[in-house]
Amino acid sequence: MARVGIVVFPGSNCDHDIHHVLNKVVKLESEYVWHTSEAVENFDAIILPGGFSFGDRLRAGIIAAHSPVMKKIKKLADDGVPILGICNGFQILVESGLLPGALLMNKGLQFVCQWTKIEVVNAKTPFTNMFKIGDVIDVPVAHGEGRYTVHEDNYREFRRNNQIVLKYKNDNPNGSMDSIAGIANEAGNVVGIMPHPERASEDVLLPPGLGNSAVFIFRSLLYFLTKQNITDFKRVMQKC
Amino acid sequence: MLTSQERKYMNKNLGRKPNRLELEMASAEWSEHCSYKSSKNLLRLLPTRGKRVLIGPGYDAGVLDIGNGKIITVHIESHNHPSAIDPYGGAATGVGGVIRDIISMGTKPIALLNSLRFGPIEAYDHSSKAKWLFKNVVKGIADYGNCLGIPTVGGEIEFDHSFDQYCLVDVAAIGYGRKEDVISNTANVGDLIVLAGNRTGRDGIRGASFASKLLRNDRSAVQIPDPFLEKLLIDAILEATKSGYINAIKDLGGGGLACCLSELSDSLGLGFEIELSSVHKKVSSMTPEEIMTSESQERMVFVISKEKFTDFAEIFGRFCIPYSIVGEVKNNKYLSIFYNGKCIAKIRSSLLANAPLAHRRAIKPLYLRNRKKRYVGPPMIENYGQTILQLLSNHNIGSKRWVYRQYDHEVGLRSVIKPGEADAAVLRIDNDKFISVKLDGNPKYCYLDPYQGTLGCLSEACRNVRCTGADPIGIIDHLQFGNPENPGIYWTFKKSIEAIRRFCTFFSIPVIGGKVSFYNETEVGTIKPTPVIGAIGLIEGRSKLVKPQLNPRDSIFIVGPTNEEMGGSEYFENYPHNMGGRVPKVHLGRDQIHGDVILKLIESKVTNCVHDCSKGGLAVSLVELALNSDIGISVELERIPNNCSRLDYLLFSESHSRYLFTTKNPDQAADILRIQGCIYAKIGYATGYNSQIQLKRGGKVISEIPLNDARRSYENLNIVMAGSDER
Repeated sequence: MARVGIVVFPGSNCDHDIHHVLNKVVKLESEYVWHTSEAVENFDAIILPGGFSFGDRLRAGIIAAHSPVMKKIKKLADDGVPILGICNGFQILVESGLLPGALLMNKGLQFVCQWTKIEVVNAKTPFTNMFKIGDVIDVPVAHGEGRYTVHEDNYREFRRNNQIVLKYKNDNPNGSMDSIAGIANEAGNVVGIMPHPERASEDVLLPPGLGNSAVFIFRSLLYFLTKQNITDFKRVMQKC
Repeated sequence: MLTSQERKYMNKNLGRKPNRLELEMASAEWSEHCSYKSSKNLLRLLPTRGKRVLIGPGYDAGVLDIGNGKIITVHIESHNHPSAIDPYGGAATGVGGVIRDIISMGTKPIALLNSLRFGPIEAYDHSSKAKWLFKNVVKGIADYGNCLGIPTVGGEIEFDHSFDQYCLVDVAAIGYGRKEDVISNTANVGDLIVLAGNRTGRDGIRGASFASKLLRNDRSAVQIPDPFLEKLLIDAILEATKSGYINAIKDLGGGGLACCLSELSDSLGLGFEIELSSVHKKVSSMTPEEIMTSESQERMVFVISKEKFTDFAEIFGRFCIPYSIVGEVKNNKYLSIFYNGKCIAKIRSSLLANAPLAHRRAIKPLYLRNRKKRYVGPPMIENYGQTILQLLSNHNIGSKRWVYRQYDHEVGLRSVIKPGEADAAVLRIDNDKFISVKLDGNPKYCYLDPYQGTLGCLSEACRNVRCTGADPIGIIDHLQFGNPENPGIYWTFKKSIEAIRRFCTFFSIPVIGGKVSFYNETEVGTIKPTPVIGAIGLIEGRSKLVKPQLNPRDSIFIVGPTNEEMGGSEYFENYPHNMGGRVPKVHLGRDQIHGDVILKLIESKVTNCVHDCSKGGLAVSLVELALNSDIGISVELERIPNNCSRLDYLLFSESHSRYLFTTKNPDQAADILRIQGCIYAKIGYATGYNSQIQLKRGGKVISEIPLNDARRSYENLNIVMAGSDER
């Protein structure tokens, strides 16, 4: 049975939400991992949840990026284990160097909590493999520092490597570069996204008229973990 | 500071003159803010019992049993004085305080609501104090709540000139937990007294006394927020609670250690021996008086058995929360304070915790005695559409999206009805149950008629939760007034209490928590009486939950008559010289029948879209109904049951106990309404998408407002505030 580790930093606050969606909605077994733990080798995937790790002091995600568990997670990332960072988790992945670029203060200089539409740009990552390119997902965002930015040179390379995973569809809530909402590393196994798919995975939580396709981000992971093993994934990625 | 009578009372009961520290402790604990000395007598009149009430007012938070071994805790607090000086810090620490009350009961905070009041803000005046207060209060609440991961799911905001130079910041919190985890404070002799959380510093010194008099610019009385530490405290306390390591717990709020220790010791009926030198501090040079009255935030006091202390310390150590053992429970009734081994204060806890009551006089204020019930109406309207658009752009009526989009209202996966979607917020609870919550206040009514005004707030809050399909099961009240030593103001307070007592007794809805805040005054003057009422409703089953959705060709019904009750209405407030008229009166019997029939219509699936009629009257409610689903409507005004002498009164009267609902089965709806003996009418129907709001009289169209125009006006506050962000 595949197991997912949910890393909990002091100040993480979406850890229970992810746990609920994985265990109760998607039926994918998951466990909490405290940030000082170094025993993460046995997990088949890692999720860094949203929240305010270490109170977002200094800069969102930067202190968490230096915690003991992150050293081990870097190793897992090199081994091709799927790793997803959501919101603050994305900020931690960027600060720890697992993903390129930076997440700046929103264009409007305010925290923004609202529903948006995002479009799938890369449907080959372990978190988007059940989508088709162009699929639109209803999902809420809730962040103050979500304006993704990357250097021009990196950006070109980025597009060549198909590293842009998700883009805001109509209006861009934070002013991110090219409306980027989520990106992957070069190998495609580490993905960071600003929106919160766990908040859009159950019908009862949706505003009238919206769909719950966000749950397929987690179902994609389930599919990936149960249908293929990690070495296969590396091969698949090389092919494409 | 103590009054001369209080000093005499203290000397007599103590048998000697108190020393300086004892005097400081007493003046914190006997301040209006902590002692309720002006309000206790009247608060006793409120009905607080009910089959669901496990713990009522008087504790940190009220506890309601919602079945299946699960409980809901609710509390409301304000932070008006601090917010008027430091809006960001004042509002943020207000959120922190109310959340610690929820954790004190052993429950997990799952939602926040707020009720805010400011002076009016103008679009092009970027330097106004009201705007500065508004922006920073909202940011303070957002930054604190967001960091904790507790969604801010609802609230209400009003702008009125009686709050110029001032603001009211009320925050309510909802907790959720298991019945067996409720901490019912107990203690044994020899138990340890532990102070955990933030270091004690020179912030918020004598804050309780500061809040118990007219506002002065006293920066040192305002506390400094640290939401990250609060988040760690929540996690650590919930873990320690589940493991049963905590015998008793109390939050440090107003009055700091002085109040917390004396109240806890008094309620446990046991003495405390405290060594102040072991308190962990921000600065080492603090005097005992400062340590005892500091209101540094994010601190809690615990009573823990000696043998469980190591386990407790392990949890707090893991979360890196500082703590210190500050004393021991003793087999006497005294609060004894030591400093470096020397006893520096010793007072019976019950003496300290129970201030002598202040007897206040209540006399009907002059302005009400002289007020004329008659009024001259505003000039007749020529263009009704124009007036409706004007009302929609009123900041008290229009959309507050600029505010709630700064609050994380989704975290926790419980927000089923989100801000701006319906009349009340709805939260998911386990076992297919839902909680509906709403705060309501109306100082305009309460100024003109405190009794009917307060009844109106109660009626409206309950109406709002019923609109989502919920049955109201509890009320919280936050009573905010000026100086209680002024007999006129005290009279309005008394009337307000009478109204709550009348309403809650009539409906058998218990008051489960509340707070009184007096001295809401600045040099400019006093505030209008502002009781804020919170209603908590329970929805048993998703099938009974209403997420309002209007569909083309649905019939629109109104329940309840529209009376000519223009006093305090938003329409009249637009005309400053027409301050007259009666405020809307609540007919309790009718209110009950209408409430019941709405729940019946929802239960029998006749309707899935209900909307309350309140601010701005029927016209505004109809527009909101249309805007919410982006569907046009057509309404025949003649059909509306009313006794209004003019058409503008019919459109803008804010009569209570009225509901709008829509249905696909008008015949079935009419049958149910008729059997229940309601005053009702089918007044129109929904037309189609991208359409307009059409009002007709006698077959003649009197006003046609395109949805886009209505939306633009409704968004006025968001546009004004977005403009000020860019600067």
